[in-house]
Amino acid sequence: MLKIVRYVLQDIIRSRIIIAYTLILLAASFGLFNLGGDVSKGLIGLLSLIMLVVPLVCLIFGTIHFYNSYEFIELLASQPLKRRTILLGEFLGVAGALCGALLLGIGLPVLLYAAGATGFTLLAVGVVLTLVFVALAFLGAVATRDKARGVGMAMLIWFYFALLHGGLMLLIMFAFEDYPLEKPTMAMIALNPIDLGRVVVLLQMDVSALMGYTGALMKDLLGTASGISSAAGILLLWILIPLGLALWIFRRKDL
Amino acid sequence: MMSFPHRLLCLSLAPGVAWAAVLHVGPGKEHATLRGALNAAGAGDTITVHSGTYREGALLVDKPIQLVGEDWPVLDGEGKYQIVTITAAGVEMSGFEVRNGGAGSLEDVAGIKVSGTRQAVVRNNRVRNCNFGIYVSKANECRILDNDVLGVQGGAHESGNAIHLWSCENITVTGNKVHDHRDGIYLEFASHSVIEHNLVGDNLRYGLHYMFSHESTFRHNRFERNGAGVAVMYTRKVDMSFNHFGDNWGSSAYGLMLKDMSDGRIIGNSFVRNSIAIAMHGSNRMEIEHNLFSGNGWAIQIQRSSSNNNYRSNNFSGNSFDIAADGELDNNRFEKNYWDKYEGYDLNRDGTGDVPYRPVSLYAVVVGRIPPSVLLLRSPIVHLLDQAEKAFPSITPERVVDDAPVMRPHPADTRMANDQTEKP
Repeated sequence: MLKIVRYVLQDIIRSRIIIAYTLILLAASFGLFNLGGDVSKGLIGLLSLIMLVVPLVCLIFGTIHFYNSYEFIELLASQPLKRRTILLGEFLGVAGALCGALLLGIGLPVLLYAAGATGFTLLAVGVVLTLVFVALAFLGAVATRDKARGVGMAMLIWFYFALLHGGLMLLIMFAFEDYPLEKPTMAMIALNPIDLGRVVVLLQMDVSALMGYTGALMKDLLGTASGISSAAGILLLWILIPLGLALWIFRRKDL
Repeated sequence: MMSFPHRLLCLSLAPGVAWAAVLHVGPGKEHATLRGALNAAGAGDTITVHSGTYREGALLVDKPIQLVGEDWPVLDGEGKYQIVTITAAGVEMSGFEVRNGGAGSLEDVAGIKVSGTRQAVVRNNRVRNCNFGIYVSKANECRILDNDVLGVQGGAHESGNAIHLWSCENITVTGNKVHDHRDGIYLEFASHSVIEHNLVGDNLRYGLHYMFSHESTFRHNRFERNGAGVAVMYTRKVDMSFNHFGDNWGSSAYGLMLKDMSDGRIIGNSFVRNSIAIAMHGSNRMEIEHNLFSGNGWAIQIQRSSSNNNYRSNNFSGNSFDIAADGELDNNRFEKNYWDKYEGYDLNRDGTGDVPYRPVSLYAVVVGRIPPSVLLLRSPIVHLLDQAEKAFPSITPERVVDDAPVMRPHPADTRMANDQTEKP
């Protein structure tokens, strides 16, 4: 499997897209830290960037990469290799490359300007989101053979998690305005890895005081060691479930 | 030291005495105890207390005399007594450290109590670890100057107020440092009082708490890190100018809370990093001008019951929400404010934006109606909806609008920068 990972990594780096991604992240985060004037503003800017750009890039890049290496995957499948090894190798290669780009592109500026708990939480959330959305991209790509449909699906997934989910939450909240909504809201937040990551980071920042009673509840849930591990657990599920589903489909698939 | 008018006062109060005597208290001096000196002193005398620790229980000052501490003599209440009680007019007390006062459940026990008198002066004392620090009740024209009042660090909830004014007229509270009590400065039925140049911080409840204290003034004070900065309740005509409200941060903290207020002036203050800078409940005819709101969660929360208020020439920058209103507001006029979120243009370059600005964002309305939706703070959907609402206002209150927002921030109010001195 390590061989596959290495091969995928080499292939990705040769394509130079990942280098462009790294450079863009670097430029954006240095820009945010220098323009905003103070560190917390820079971090908030970075948070928005990570919440929008990282999922999009992971989904599109993961999907396209999967389709482009279809022939290579077919070749591997003809060898005495388990399907699981092939897909996990591909996944680790892609996710590893994207995580590396993120750690360089955002980790370096964070280390220089905001080396604190908030900065590192932000980075960790970025890495986890990368894993989640590469897994989702693979799920989409495995499910359909047609590249156009696959990319469309990736876009839809991004659109749902980045925008629609929040809109739906607002709709539901308006519909059930008269009921206590703290716990349902938190459950709905857990249904979206982007929102969950955002709240975890915001709770580290002092804006958490604005969140009033709900924020206090959330902080009770997530601020403690057990809370952080439960959030990490939920995010881990967000990696494992799509990846497991993708494996399940890939194993039964007629390539 | 006696000022000139006080000498005259003493002379006029004590016509029988040829000249005021000076009594010395201290180890090896003519009086070993302060109590002895107090008994021996006549009106107009000065008692000088030299350094040392005096455990004499409750001391009553019922003659018009001057109490002067040399090198910070300590009056220790051993956790049992109200240490100094002043009931005579024109008493001046300075230079003491008053500590370890008692506490009572039936009565408010203070470090220094001024009661039922007039023109007393409490100046330059240190009050430590007392339930109530300096307590003025039913007294007029007293002055509380340059004292340093410190409660128990971390604060016990049964703690009293640092400076407590009850049923007074014309009290001046100037240059005091007040920390770690329940309320920093508390006024109830204390009209025509002046609170200036105080440094109020780390108190459990309010920095400054006004109840029924009409026609009062508080200026050039700093309120920092209190449970909530300043609460002004049920009071008319309060002048609040050039104060600094900072770091009153917490899930229900605010810089300034106005409840059933009318005819107040809020001018030239700076509100920095408060969860809510100004919370207004049922407050009418307020003039809010030339203030700076920066880095707050909410700059101003206005309840519908507030009307006829003017918000003019303020600077709003870096607040999560500028204005929150729980519905349509009547006669709240916004003009010539600077809003950092304003996206309009100024074609004729007269410094005033050509498009009106609506300071209540859609999301602010949503959060007001459904508090849990605050979990969507800084999510892209919220930004998108705010932008859509700006283009086609539908939910946000129509009449909360600044028709003439300025393009550049107003220059900082120099009166504040020059006058706000922290006294040592």
